[in-house]
Amino acid sequence: MPCPRFIDNWLPVDQHMKENATSSVLDELPGELLIWVLIVSELLVFGAGLAAFMAVRLTDPVGFAEAQSHLHGTAAALNTIVLVSSGYLAARALRLRNAARRTAERFCLVAAAALGVVFLAIKGIEYADKASLGITYETHPFFTFYYLLTGFHAAHVVAGVLILLLIAWFDEPRNIEAGAAFWHMVDLVWVLLFPVIYLLA
Amino acid sequence: MKYQSQKIALIYFAVAMGLFLIQVSGGLLAGWIYVQPNTLSELVPFNIIRMLHTNSLIVWLLLGFFGAAYFLIPEEAEREIHSEKLAYLQLAILVLGTLGVVVTYLFNLFEGNWLLGKEGREFLEQPKWVKAGIVVAALIFLYNVTMTVLKGKKTAITNILLLGLWGLALLFLFSFYNPENLALDKMYWWYVVHLWVEGVWELIMASILAYLMLKLTGVDREVVEKWLYVIVAAALFSGILGTGHHYYWIGTPGYWQWIGSIFSSLEVIPFFAMMAFAFVMVWKGRRDHPNKAALLWSLGCATLAFFGAGVWGFLHTLHGVNYYTHGTQITAAHGHLAFYGAYVCLNLAIFTYAMPILRNRDPYNQVLNMASFWLMSSGMVFMTFVLTFAGTIQTHLQRVLGDYFMDVQDQLSLFYWMRFGSGVVVVLGAILFIYSISVPRKELIEPGQVSEVPAE
Repeated sequence: MPCPRFIDNWLPVDQHMKENATSSVLDELPGELLIWVLIVSELLVFGAGLAAFMAVRLTDPVGFAEAQSHLHGTAAALNTIVLVSSGYLAARALRLRNAARRTAERFCLVAAAALGVVFLAIKGIEYADKASLGITYETHPFFTFYYLLTGFHAAHVVAGVLILLLIAWFDEPRNIEAGAAFWHMVDLVWVLLFPVIYLLA
Repeated sequence: MKYQSQKIALIYFAVAMGLFLIQVSGGLLAGWIYVQPNTLSELVPFNIIRMLHTNSLIVWLLLGFFGAAYFLIPEEAEREIHSEKLAYLQLAILVLGTLGVVVTYLFNLFEGNWLLGKEGREFLEQPKWVKAGIVVAALIFLYNVTMTVLKGKKTAITNILLLGLWGLALLFLFSFYNPENLALDKMYWWYVVHLWVEGVWELIMASILAYLMLKLTGVDREVVEKWLYVIVAAALFSGILGTGHHYYWIGTPGYWQWIGSIFSSLEVIPFFAMMAFAFVMVWKGRRDHPNKAALLWSLGCATLAFFGAGVWGFLHTLHGVNYYTHGTQITAAHGHLAFYGAYVCLNLAIFTYAMPILRNRDPYNQVLNMASFWLMSSGMVFMTFVLTFAGTIQTHLQRVLGDYFMDVQDQLSLFYWMRFGSGVVVVLGAILFIYSISVPRKELIEPGQVSEVPAE
C-alpha cells in the first residue's frame, strides 16, 4: 500500500527494504527527533497564545493600545539584539566543535549563556519597573497576556541558559546540536513575541 | 506463558472483571434513578450509588493495570517477578480495602470519624485507613516490579510503564492533603484526578498499547519505541499544564483560563498519535496473530480514546465554551466515552490477549468476544451521543435562557430514557465479555470468519 513519504521510517520495514528506510524526511532533520517534537509543541503553545492575544485585543483596541504604551520598547529591542547574538554564538559553537576547536566552542557556548543572563537581567528591570507602577497580571487583559507570554518565554530562557552550560560541559556534537536547536526556538519565539506585544499598534 | 510468575495476573484480572460487573451494574442502577428518581432514595441514595459506580471503576482499572504489569514485565525484563507472595499480599490488601469502602459507603457506620469515616471529596471519598492501605499496596507493588526490572532487561516499554506507575502512586499522596479552603482543596484534588487520567495513566496506556502492538503485529521494537517516546512526550507536555482547564472557576487566578485552554487543547495530540500508531502498526505489521479479538480491542481502544478523551474533551475545554457547559451532561458524555475508550478498552484488550496465554490455550471464544466489543462499544457510543445532545439542550435552557435546573431535567427525560437503554446494552456486552473470557469453549476461529469482521 502506498504511504506518505514522511512517515516512512515510522513504519515497520521489510528486511529487503531496510536500505531505503533512511529516505524519510524526518531523518533529514538535524539532531534528535524528540527535540523537534518539543520545538513544534512549544511553537504551537506560543502560537496559540499570540493568536488568543490578538483575538482578545480586537475586543478592546483602545485599552490594549493604552496598556501597551507602558511597555519599554527600547529595552525589548535591546533584548532582541542580545538574544539573536546569543543564538549566533550557539550556532557558531557547533561549527567550531566540528572543526575540533573545543576551547573556542566552549567559549562561544558560555558567552551565549551569559547573553541569556543579560536578557534575563533586562527583562527583570522591565518587570521591576512594571511592579513599581503597580501593574500586575490583573491590571488589564493586555498585561495578563504580557506576563503569561513573556514570563513563559523567560522561563524558557532560564532553561536555555542551563542547557547551554550543560552542553558546554558535555560537548559532544549531538548534544550541542540539540541544545542549540532548543536555544534557536527560544530565540524564534522572542522574535515573534517582540513585534506582536511591543510594536503592533 | 514463558514465566511462571506471570500467572499472578490471572487473579488480578479475575477480581478486576468482578468489579467491572459491579461497576456497570451500579451505573445501570444510577441510570435508572435518573428516570425514576425515587428508586432506593431512602435506602441507598443516588450519591452513594454514584460513588460506588466511580470508585469501583477506578479500582478495577487499577487492578487491571497491576495485572497487566505482572503479566508483561516478566516477558520484557526476561525474568520472574521478584516475589509472588508480595503480589498476592498486595491484592489481598486492595480487596480488603475495597470491601471496607463498600461497607463504609453503604452503611455509613463511622460518619465523621477521621480514620474510619468516609471523606467528602468526590472520587476520593475512601476513609483514611483505606487510603493508607492503597498506599501500602502501591508501595509493595512498586517495590516488586521495580526490583524485577532492575535485575532484568530494561526496555522502553517497562521504563515508561514504571514511570507511569510510580507517578500514579506518588500523585495519590495528594489525596491525604485536604485543606480547609475549598478552592485549595479542589486545586490539590485535581493533582490526583487530572494528573492521573490525563497524565500518568496515559503513560501506562501508551506502554501497554505498545506491548500489545509489539506482540500482535510483530513490528520491530525499534519502531514501537520511537512512537512510544513521542506519544509520552506529547502526553506530558500537554497534560501537566493542561490541569489548568480545571482551574477556570474554582477561585484560582484568571491566567489559568489561558494556560488551561491552550495546553489542554494540545491533549488531543497524544491521543491522535496513539490512534495513528495503532493503525500504522497493524497496517504495516507482518504477523498474522491468531488473537483477532485482542487486536480489535486494541484498535478500538486507540480509536475510542481519541474520540472520547481527545475530541469530546476538546469540545468543552476552551474556557469560553466551558463557561456555559461546565458540569452539564456534556461532561458526563465526555467522561463516559473517555474512560471507556482509553482505559476500559485498554484493560479488556490486555485481558483478551493475556487470558488464553495464562490458561495455556489457543485464543478462544473469539467471535463472542468480538461481539461483546461491538455491543459494549456501540452502547457506549450511543450513550455518548445521547448525553451530548442532552447536554447541549441543558446548556441552552439552563445556562443561556436561565431556566431552573430541575425544570430542565424534566425536559431531558427522553434522553435519560435512551441513556438507560444504551446502558442495558453496555451491561449485556460486559456480561458477554466476561463469559467469553471465563468459560473457554470454542478455540481459534476459522479463517473464513476473520475477513467478515470489520477491523474498524
